[in-house]
Amino acid sequence: MTTTTAPAAPAAPAVRTPAISAPSLLQLTRVELRKSYDTRAGRWLLIVIGLAALGVVALELFVEDAPKTFADYFAFTQFPVGILLPVLGILLVTSEWSQRTAMTTFALVPRRARVLTAKVLAAVLLAVGGVLAAAAASALATVLTPVFTDSAMDWGLSAAQAGQVLLAQVISVLAGVAFGMLLLSSPLAIVLYFVLPTTFTILVNTVSALDWVRDWLDLSTTTMPMYDGDLDGQGWLQVATSVALWLALPMVLGWLRIRRAEIA
Amino acid sequence: MITIDSLTKRYGAQLAVSDVSFSCTPGTVTGFLGPNGAGKSTTLRALVGLATPTSGTATIGGRAYQDLPNAGRQVGVLLDAGAQHAGRTGREVLTLAALVLGVGQERVDEVLGRVGLAGKPAGKRVGNYSLGMKQRLGLAAALLGDPQVLVLDEPANGLDPDGIYWMRGLLRGFADRGGTVLLSSHLLREVEAVADQLVVIAAGRIVAQGSKQELLGGRGTVVRGPDRVVLERALRTAGITVTPGEGDGLVADADPLAVGQAVAAAGAVLTELRPAGGEGLEELFRSLTHANGSQQVLEVAA
Repeated sequence: MTTTTAPAAPAAPAVRTPAISAPSLLQLTRVELRKSYDTRAGRWLLIVIGLAALGVVALELFVEDAPKTFADYFAFTQFPVGILLPVLGILLVTSEWSQRTAMTTFALVPRRARVLTAKVLAAVLLAVGGVLAAAAASALATVLTPVFTDSAMDWGLSAAQAGQVLLAQVISVLAGVAFGMLLLSSPLAIVLYFVLPTTFTILVNTVSALDWVRDWLDLSTTTMPMYDGDLDGQGWLQVATSVALWLALPMVLGWLRIRRAEIA
Repeated sequence: MITIDSLTKRYGAQLAVSDVSFSCTPGTVTGFLGPNGAGKSTTLRALVGLATPTSGTATIGGRAYQDLPNAGRQVGVLLDAGAQHAGRTGREVLTLAALVLGVGQERVDEVLGRVGLAGKPAGKRVGNYSLGMKQRLGLAAALLGDPQVLVLDEPANGLDPDGIYWMRGLLRGFADRGGTVLLSSHLLREVEAVADQLVVIAAGRIVAQGSKQELLGGRGTVVRGPDRVVLERALRTAGITVTPGEGDGLVADADPLAVGQAVAAAGAVLTELRPAGGEGLEELFRSLTHANGSQQVLEVAA
């Protein structure tokens, strides 16, 4: 061992013992949220989500037969948002691996479960943001309805529809996060997120013997009524079982995988 | 204070790190030396909780890294300068870390200035950075939380000679203020100038450790002159043991003062007189890492 002894200067870092507190979950969530828009790719994805919502309402506004109430616009704009938000959820997790920032992230916050919890919370906030963007686009379309069409403004929106739409978007973005956690690769997670459930939907819809599978395990079938706020008693159970398969299962497996993985 | 105790990491049949123990005390710089693939990075990853040891422990100030309340405020870590999102600016990378650490934006500006990335470079995307700039950014991130301990994996990679000189000064200053520095390198020359203590690892095992003086000590003085025979006779007359050195040089088993006096007494001429340190350590490093390296490979294969 060396015989060098450092002079005990008052400013010596080893002497200083400040009360150091762990970053709060709120702080970590803010960080994760910021990561979703502080890169060019992330920012563009958010812009595209906004533009897609606007594009959809414009389409509905100028197609004559389409219904022209706020509730209709609101339900319609959820589709592009629901397709793109999960990609944001996937990238929230997988970019840490594709860009190798996981090393930095987990060296700063070695309790990995906290980072993952923050990512889940950030994803929920992004879903809320997506629904708000869709609502804003729908409001714009509602205001413009009397200008461009013969219909009057109709602002009616049931609490059930607003609540169920929000929940459906939270489910879809979290399913994206779950796929990201399980696969830890952006291209793989994005492709499988779209291919697997779609193949599943096609399969259970064409084979009539699989009707019960469609009704209980196909997420796009079970969440469909939510966009109009029409979910009933059995519907809630069916949402729960399909969420267990497409969200809870991959998230639990992915969570365990990340907690155990070596980060290199 | 970093303490690594009987650390072993096994990947399937492959033993990456085997029974590694050493410690780093406040006020010192420890150079963790070894060829590529010797287990340096694995040891450092285990130290900062990115890898779980198969057995043994690694602690900082007596606590496992995972148990530190806000790790970045106590330990500055730079394991891979390339592990940054190419689409973020240098300033943004530090801002994200500052939010986790709970330090202000002014601290971000401060460290950017300290590593020479203030101004325009801070606003550039990391994807456009040279490796040297990435190292500086990584060092800035490590310093951001004003930690007492620095853990750096090959921090000199990609730095130009000026940058290496600057980094040495920075690490020396950090240690002189009472900080603990552990830095790894596969190049002896890089750490030789700044480290107080050396730990040499080869094929997963520690093959030498101690202070630089201990590892270098008693290796004599290199002597050279126009007439080698005259020099040799002068030294022997003074009772100094002489062995042939590199080329036409001699290695005398005495300090430079004694050698100079002996040569002057004989009226001989010198063209070179210096401690034989550098080659000694280099030779040691090469022989240790080579001999044990091949032996270990056989062991693993068997």
